[in-house]
Amino acid sequence: MSKIKPSKGAPYARIVGVGGYRPTRVVPNEVILEKIDSSDEWIRSRSGIETRHWASPEETVAAMSIEASGKAIADAGIDARQIGAVVVSTVSHFSQTPAIATEIADKLGTDKAAAFDISAGCAGFGYGLTLAKGMIVEGSAEYVLVIGVERLSDLTDLEDRATAFLFGDGAGAVVVGPSREPAIGPTVWGSEGDKAETIKQTVPWDTYAAEGHTKFPAITQEGQAVFRWAVFEMAKVAQQALDAAGITPDELDVFIPHQANVRIIDSMVKTLKLPEHVTVARDIRTTGNTSAASIPLAMERLLATGEAKSGDTALVIGFGAGLVYAATVVTLP
Amino acid sequence: MAATQEEIVAGLAEIVNEIAGIPAEDVQLDKSFTDDLDVDSLSMVEVVVAAEERFDVKIPDEDVKNLKTVGDATEYILKHQG
Ligand SMILES: CC(C)(COP(=O)(O)OP(=O)(O)OC[C@H]1O[C@@H](n2cnc3c(N)ncnc32)[C@H](O)[C@@H]1OP(=O)(O)O)[C@@H](O)C(=O)NCCC(=O)NCCS
Repeated sequence: MSKIKPSKGAPYARIVGVGGYRPTRVVPNEVILEKIDSSDEWIRSRSGIETRHWASPEETVAAMSIEASGKAIADAGIDARQIGAVVVSTVSHFSQTPAIATEIADKLGTDKAAAFDISAGCAGFGYGLTLAKGMIVEGSAEYVLVIGVERLSDLTDLEDRATAFLFGDGAGAVVVGPSREPAIGPTVWGSEGDKAETIKQTVPWDTYAAEGHTKFPAITQEGQAVFRWAVFEMAKVAQQALDAAGITPDELDVFIPHQANVRIIDSMVKTLKLPEHVTVARDIRTTGNTSAASIPLAMERLLATGEAKSGDTALVIGFGAGLVYAATVVTLP
Repeated sequence: MAATQEEIVAGLAEIVNEIAGIPAEDVQLDKSFTDDLDVDSLSMVEVVVAAEERFDVKIPDEDVKNLKTVGDATEYILKHQG
């Protein structure tokens, strides 16, 4: 048997830069109320959402990704040519072939970086981060760009009062690179396909095309079932991620859960008994639920406002359609 | 050991107090969660989850909407507790 030379990776990985892009158009609850019977008060009290951003035709999945990534690369202080792989998590890029990641990798000026899309709903950022860490430690890339990007406004039924107010658009990106110290903890992740029906697209594309539906496919969900799963099961997963990283709530500086509903966030904070000093991301208020983009967008905002600082220890957890989830503890860039 | 009606009401009072900040003494059998106790649909899910843990019962989503009053919930738990 011939001897194969192994690849050589870095001892550990860390997030070295973060960037975000929020579409220019800010949409307040009043606009949502034009199409559904609801109230600003109800939407705020049940979800925390006051405004969200909706993308214009020019603010495409690729365009938003490139903006966010440019900032993340500048924040990391590296050259785009050092990026060995680009991982894009999205459920709202409407052309499946080719992956949108290749165009993004090219336009950013990478040197033929490996590039591919993943589909892991609102857990997409954690899934991408876990892949990136693996690539860096294994040695197939020195730097990996992980992008979460969504135009969920394209998949929202504005006449459905259970979801019309929830979703927003945007892109968040991080650059993951080599580290001498552990700076991304073990990932606690998984899927519960027995609950696949609780968040899904109303009509699959082929059925939509074949049967000539007049209503464009949208995301629909069993809100209460998802809420129950999120507050009950995801608090446990978050705790497991803390335990796996050997971090106590007292040692934690920041909590960045997926921004799905402020009520889920508040409930998790209570269940996890996070002390007062822990900064909690509540970006949902002005961003809505941007699925895979929500964690990097919230991370960027906390760092930009000074609520969190570089070197802080943060617990991140994503969860959503699948159902899927991923939680880990990271050192902030 | 199965909880008595009194213990269940007291337990629910504690849960409702913890989740919605309602004084425990306001939680009485004839009180409606949403109309009298200001427990909205999402807080109700949290109350149910906490009650499941505390009283060792399973309360599926489809049954939750029938639990309008503290009395409904107490009766449900009395009947289904493990
Ligand atoms: C979407 C969500 C806010 C809806 O809240 P909910 O309490 O489950 O809503 P329900 O559909 O059970 O309705 C509860 C009550 O509010 C009313 N209601 C529903 N939607 C409404 C709206 N948009 N405006 C005003 N009232 C509304 C209902 O009619 C119902 O009233 P009733 O009790 O008098 O009949 C909530 O279920 C949720 O956020 N779930 C988690 C979803 C999530 O985060 N998904 C993404 C994960 S990635």
